Amino acid sequence: MSDPGEQAFAAPAILREVNPAVLPRPALVANNRDFAWITNKICGIVEGGTPAWWWWCFGVACFIASFTVAGITYVVSTGVGVWGHRTPVNWSWPIVDFVFWIGIGHAGTLISAILCLLRQKWRTSINRSAEAMTIFAVVCAGIFPVFHVGRVWYAWFLFPIPTYNGIWPQFRSPLEWDVFAVSTYGTVSVLFWYVGMIPDLATLRDRFGAAGRVIRARIYGFFAMGWRGSARAWSNYEMAYLILAGIATPLVLSVHTIVSFDFAVSLIPGWHTTIFPPYFVAGAIFSGFGMVLTLMLPLRALYRLEDLITQYHIDCICKITLATGTMVGYAYAIEFFIAWYGANPYEGFTFINRAFGPYAWAYWIMITCNVITPQLFWFKAVRRNTTFVWVLSIFVNVGMWFERFVIICTSLARDFLPSSWGYLSPTVVDIFTFFGTFGVFSVLFLLFIRFLPLMAMAEIKAVTPQADPHSGGSHSHG
Amino acid sequence: MAEQPYGLIARFESPGALYRAAERVRDAGYKRWDCLSPMPIHGLDNAMGVKRSIVPRFSLAGGITGFCTGMSMIWYMNAFDYKLTVGGKPLFSPLFAFPISYELTILFTAIATICGMFFLNGLTKLYHPVLKYENIGRATDDGFFIVIEASDPGYRAAETRAFLVGAGGLDVTELEA
Repeated sequence: MSDPGEQAFAAPAILREVNPAVLPRPALVANNRDFAWITNKICGIVEGGTPAWWWWCFGVACFIASFTVAGITYVVSTGVGVWGHRTPVNWSWPIVDFVFWIGIGHAGTLISAILCLLRQKWRTSINRSAEAMTIFAVVCAGIFPVFHVGRVWYAWFLFPIPTYNGIWPQFRSPLEWDVFAVSTYGTVSVLFWYVGMIPDLATLRDRFGAAGRVIRARIYGFFAMGWRGSARAWSNYEMAYLILAGIATPLVLSVHTIVSFDFAVSLIPGWHTTIFPPYFVAGAIFSGFGMVLTLMLPLRALYRLEDLITQYHIDCICKITLATGTMVGYAYAIEFFIAWYGANPYEGFTFINRAFGPYAWAYWIMITCNVITPQLFWFKAVRRNTTFVWVLSIFVNVGMWFERFVIICTSLARDFLPSSWGYLSPTVVDIFTFFGTFGVFSVLFLLFIRFLPLMAMAEIKAVTPQADPHSGGSHSHG
Repeated sequence: MAEQPYGLIARFESPGALYRAAERVRDAGYKRWDCLSPMPIHGLDNAMGVKRSIVPRFSLAGGITGFCTGMSMIWYMNAFDYKLTVGGKPLFSPLFAFPISYELTILFTAIATICGMFFLNGLTKLYHPVLKYENIGRATDDGFFIVIEASDPGYRAAETRAFLVGAGGLDVTELEA
């Protein structure tokens, strides 16, 4: 950083004696690209023709999404009995899928908010698409609890809407807290995403206007709200963005905390633990970064974005995945320790049962994918092999789905009384509805990369060395 | 050209040139003027003499409103309007009302912050005289501009133009009102 006042401080004398090594910060935009190149590169994606691969992917994504549409239609027209949950496992796939998707979203907010507060400038080239990922993941997540209520036409009962029958929601229930947490999360994520996009929408407005494409210029112009890059506006804008980052940080931590309350506030062995909130948040960030890698690596290759998503960016994402994956592994170990140390026979049995009972296969898939896979990111050679990183990111996604499955289903299938034990088998409707949400997600994401600037141009420009008014374009800036 | 122009616009080569010119415009005592740049420039608000943004006041008001809304809504709904007894728990306690009040604090803060920012920036005004300038597209791409409005008390068409050229401004152009 180069605050004007900073040069006034002389370097301490000791520095001249020890002569510390200078560690150059890696460039965030490779090959010293200028502002116009960044604009052309990112706007070119929106302005150019639709590539053939996009249509293929879009077609496949729509086909997959139709599975969710069909599954949901069948559930609504027949009843939730077509899903596989039976007493005692009355929360099964839909809730697993809900927690899985909402967790995916957390990486987007982490990148846009927490890394903004921590001044991690590498976030600039991935935050836009990661926030898009958040919003689309929340959309997919929202499908499940809404239809899980059984009679979806009464889903509005979840909200405190004044009605003639005068009954209000029951606010002591963590499920009701979840309604507020998830809807606040969705709303704030959309607002944050949109506010971040305003300067870039103005760029698109001006470029479409200059190219004579009036209708597109009008549409982007409407959403750009007359933005013209005024410094007085930037001053308010940056302050607003900082505050949004500041409140999105406790928001993202609270959302998965409240999701974990759905379980932790109950009395089921294996759920009723105080470790759940931090454990769920770490897992959510872990799964989200897995999904960031799954999405960014193909995008980088398809659009030749290597100068904007550099090896340094991939290294950073892999390291966060490693850190959060290790935290998740630690949480698994602590859960076992507390189950033994707490001397509650039900709790102890639950954990032995998880690892060696009828669901042991799911447990060991979870351990392999979530604890062992990320440890490979210690090695530079692994992080540099993008194909391998992509494969590992898929393992992370799979592992985190199984984590939620293990937590939710094993605890319910083996609770207090052996006479009420059971075993959950999903139906084809469960499987297809979940499978289809990947299509829903992909359709939304493909539309996003086709019609909106997929990287925050203004923010990327602001972290280039030439954007520093005191540098003369030469000194490194990070 | 209209009789009373909107003002003069000058282009600068780099963020550094814009920064130094902004300091000169500030020191020359202009009040109604602005810089346009494709990205925020570190320290430019100081160079322009712009005060710290007051957006946080909106945020604080929003946050307090959100928290109070959450607490009072839950008290009204579960303890006053329709007394709901569940599991022998108290009708109202700030503890169980906290998670929802917390979420509403965040929701209201976000909305107030964004609305406050829009209000202060005069956004949603889709038209502005500056947008008629033919090169304005560069202000959202790679150009750096200073606009001095004709309504500024210190504005004199010829002198201000010479001043902008002297500060390093290129392509100094008069903007239609």
